[in-house]
Amino acid sequence: MSIPAQSSGAPDAEPDGPEGRLRRFATIWSRAIFPSTATSMTRPEFEEHLLPLARELSAILHARVFDAAPAHRVGAALVAAHCTDPDALSSTLGVVDSYLVLYCGGNGPVELSTEDSRARCARIQHLLAGGFTQALRERTLAEQEAIARSALTARSHAEQALHATEARFRAVFKDAAIGIGIADLEGNILEINDTLTRMFGGLENHVRSHKVNEWVHPEDSPHVWKYYDELVRGEREHYSVEKPYYRNDGTVLWTNLTVSLLRDAEGRPEYQLALMEDTTERRLLNLRLRYEATHDALTGLPNRTLFFERLEKALSPREGMRFGLCYLDLDGFKAINDSLGHAAGDRLLVEVADRLQSCATAPGEMVARLGGDEFVALTTGPDTEEEVHELAGRILSALATPVRLDGRELTVRGSVGIVEGPSGERTPAEVLRSADITMYRAKAAGGNRFALADAEADARAITRHGLTTALPTALDRGEFFIEYQPLVHLRDGSVHGAEALVRWCHPQHGVLGPDRFIPLAEHTGLIVPLGRWVLEESVRQANFWQERHTDGGPLRINVNLSPTQLHHPNLVAETVDVLERSGLEPGALCLEVTESALIGADDDLLKPLRQLAEMGVDIALDDFGTGYSNLANLRRLPVSVLKLDRSFTQGMQHHPADPVDLKIVEGIVSLAHSLDLAVTVEGVETGAQAEQLRQLGCDTAQGWYYARPGAPDRIHALVLADAV
Amino acid sequence: MERPAWAPQGIDISTPSVSRMYDFYLGGSHNFEVDREAARKAMEFMPGLPKVMQANRAFMRRAVKYAVSSGVNQFLDIGSGIPTFGNVHEVAQAADPEARIAYVDHDPVAVAHSQVVLEGNDRAVIAAADLRKPQEILEHPEVRGLLDLDKPVALLLVAVLHFIEDADEPYAAVAELREALAPGSLLVLTHASYEGIPLTQEVAGGTVGVYRTIRNPLVMRSRKEISRFFEGFEMVEPGLVAMPEWRPESAESLAQEDPFTYSGFAGVGRTA
Repeated sequence: MSIPAQSSGAPDAEPDGPEGRLRRFATIWSRAIFPSTATSMTRPEFEEHLLPLARELSAILHARVFDAAPAHRVGAALVAAHCTDPDALSSTLGVVDSYLVLYCGGNGPVELSTEDSRARCARIQHLLAGGFTQALRERTLAEQEAIARSALTARSHAEQALHATEARFRAVFKDAAIGIGIADLEGNILEINDTLTRMFGGLENHVRSHKVNEWVHPEDSPHVWKYYDELVRGEREHYSVEKPYYRNDGTVLWTNLTVSLLRDAEGRPEYQLALMEDTTERRLLNLRLRYEATHDALTGLPNRTLFFERLEKALSPREGMRFGLCYLDLDGFKAINDSLGHAAGDRLLVEVADRLQSCATAPGEMVARLGGDEFVALTTGPDTEEEVHELAGRILSALATPVRLDGRELTVRGSVGIVEGPSGERTPAEVLRSADITMYRAKAAGGNRFALADAEADARAITRHGLTTALPTALDRGEFFIEYQPLVHLRDGSVHGAEALVRWCHPQHGVLGPDRFIPLAEHTGLIVPLGRWVLEESVRQANFWQERHTDGGPLRINVNLSPTQLHHPNLVAETVDVLERSGLEPGALCLEVTESALIGADDDLLKPLRQLAEMGVDIALDDFGTGYSNLANLRRLPVSVLKLDRSFTQGMQHHPADPVDLKIVEGIVSLAHSLDLAVTVEGVETGAQAEQLRQLGCDTAQGWYYARPGAPDRIHALVLADAV
Repeated sequence: MERPAWAPQGIDISTPSVSRMYDFYLGGSHNFEVDREAARKAMEFMPGLPKVMQANRAFMRRAVKYAVSSGVNQFLDIGSGIPTFGNVHEVAQAADPEARIAYVDHDPVAVAHSQVVLEGNDRAVIAAADLRKPQEILEHPEVRGLLDLDKPVALLLVAVLHFIEDADEPYAAVAELREALAPGSLLVLTHASYEGIPLTQEVAGGTVGVYRTIRNPLVMRSRKEISRFFEGFEMVEPGLVAMPEWRPESAESLAQEDPFTYSGFAGVGRTA
């Protein structure tokens, strides 16, 4: 566009001069079209913008040689100034038509006729309109082209991004270590990844040829298909289950399956997505571990763990349901083990297990090995009262056939304890204890039989059992104490010493005598620490008396030794240790050993006693005359005292005494004295008895006539009384 | 269902875009028939919509000039739309050739078009981001690469906040942007409102309905609600006013304004 030299609005232009008139035209023009423009210019700015265009129109009008073509450019310039509204063109044409000649007509070098001016003006309008229209068309097309291109660019960017994302997800899908499958809501499988195909046996077609809801397996958990239906109906977003499938080779694939519902943009259910993890191996391993944890490695029978699970189930309260339990212990199995060796013992157990297994094949029946040679057979149901007897019978007859082992026939016998009852009343531990006790009753009655549990027998045994289990803690808790029963010189009635007698102050049963718990302590081995404690305590007490009562002569202390203690290898060392630490003279201690404990004693057993005797410790033969009194043996024994059993003195309680008893006692005393043994009598209850025994030559005595067993200070008092 | 973050936004030119509708109101042809159809429907209720848009652009032009004259020559224009003419960079760089402008829009077509328009201008960039996630804008490499946030910036939220529903926390977004601005920065804002429209609310509500049907709800806020966007800013004279009333070029031009240009509010604030 050519812009005349005098150009943009000189403010000092004469209002009525040519420049002023041109400005007037531009003002009118801008007022007319400003409302229909979209420019962000202000109206004064817009007017300034139109001024060069007005000048150009004026120039065209006055050109010496008329050429309307530049008007084309003015039309285009309007479009460039964003006057794109059609109103802008019609308003412009109106302004040119009405005012161009009026304000710019006389401004040029060429004088034009009115007619010429009108013709030129009309021609200018034609070309201006053409220029406007062409520019608008080009601009519109260019803008449409530009926006379409931008839309395409944006779309291709988005597609690239989408493609990249898709590629990523495709890779995730393809290479995931878990199986992924997508199906529609009818169950048609649309996509599966390689992992899933491999899990199902490697044939893609095998997987795709079945709808999701056809993958039913007998071991499906009951709610799987309920969840599935809820999901495809859109009522559930996802579910996770453990689910088995058949592979194409018929083997079973176990999976951890998670199914999610995929919805479309409007939220309508569209697809189902399955993620599955192959747990077959893990499950097998678990099953194997579970089997190993619940079965006995030697016999393959269920073990204690599994048995207790079943028993617990059988005992849980269920209307009308009962249980029957047979507790079997082989008779004399230890002897077989000892004589034929453990390997043979094991083979015997395997054979017994097989036979037992065949005895309990009905539903609700099981056989288990609890350990060692202890087996149990359990039966459950409404009729166990009868069935359990039949079961026990089958067990005993199954054992009746001898077992061939290493070419020899072994007769196997067993004792069975039976417990039977309704469910929901007892705990597994109670039932098993009762069965155990009952089995021992069967064994005690000679074995090769069964016994039926009864409450009273149980109660007795349970007390025994209770005491046995309470023994170890009783020692720790200091529940034992010692009473002392004086030993008196028959010659003058003075106190010679005392026998230490252990008592148990049981928290529930009160004070218990040694007959109640010493056999139990013997059985469990607790007798060793208990005996040591008694020895220590008694020796300490004797030493205490020794220090206080030197004038009354040395007080002796008698302590009982049980058979187990006698066999204990540390007997001598411990006794020496106790004596040395207390400072008591060995000669003040007398250890009492029962006659029965020494029956058949060889030199090995007697050796420790000899050692003790050589040190000066007295050994007394307790309860003499009750066992098989081998008088010939007596001289071999390192004893220095005979304690005559109370049964010999009972006949002397009344006057006149039984003459036979008198003769026997007299004979024994005479014999003892000739072997240089002192004689002590027990159970002296009357003065007449005491007198008789003194006349018969007995040395010392103990019994209620003198004093009952009592606290150590009682002895103290007696000794003081003697001294007076 | 909401589009997850990892899924790229698809381009759907079969739904109207507010950027292209805006272009159509201004007489441009950067639009498709769907855009024109929606814009024509909106104009059935408010025939003066093009006047509103023109007034909006005229205000923006005055505000940009004001910013440059008061020494701020960095611009962050969020919701810039389809660049047509009289854009911020044209106005600002005409006043100060050193002026730098970062445009932000979340419409991918607008972004692609802006890239073409801005090609060769090394002081103007376009970033694809959303006003609802101000951190994305502030951390956008194009924005960070061009603007020095330690120096004052004119933040332009021109005709954009009325497209953010309250659930998307527009006030929090503005506050977050304000926190990132250096002292002396400006907030240039226009916002639609029922106040000032020379129509009843029922009739003007028809236009709001059109925007709702194209899933770009237009949120009309009261002057009081709009003024809350300036919390933390000191209002520049004459405060929050109708668009033509904000520092008009002359009393004469003000007198000639179309009544529709008084729809909504405009204002400029400055951070302390």
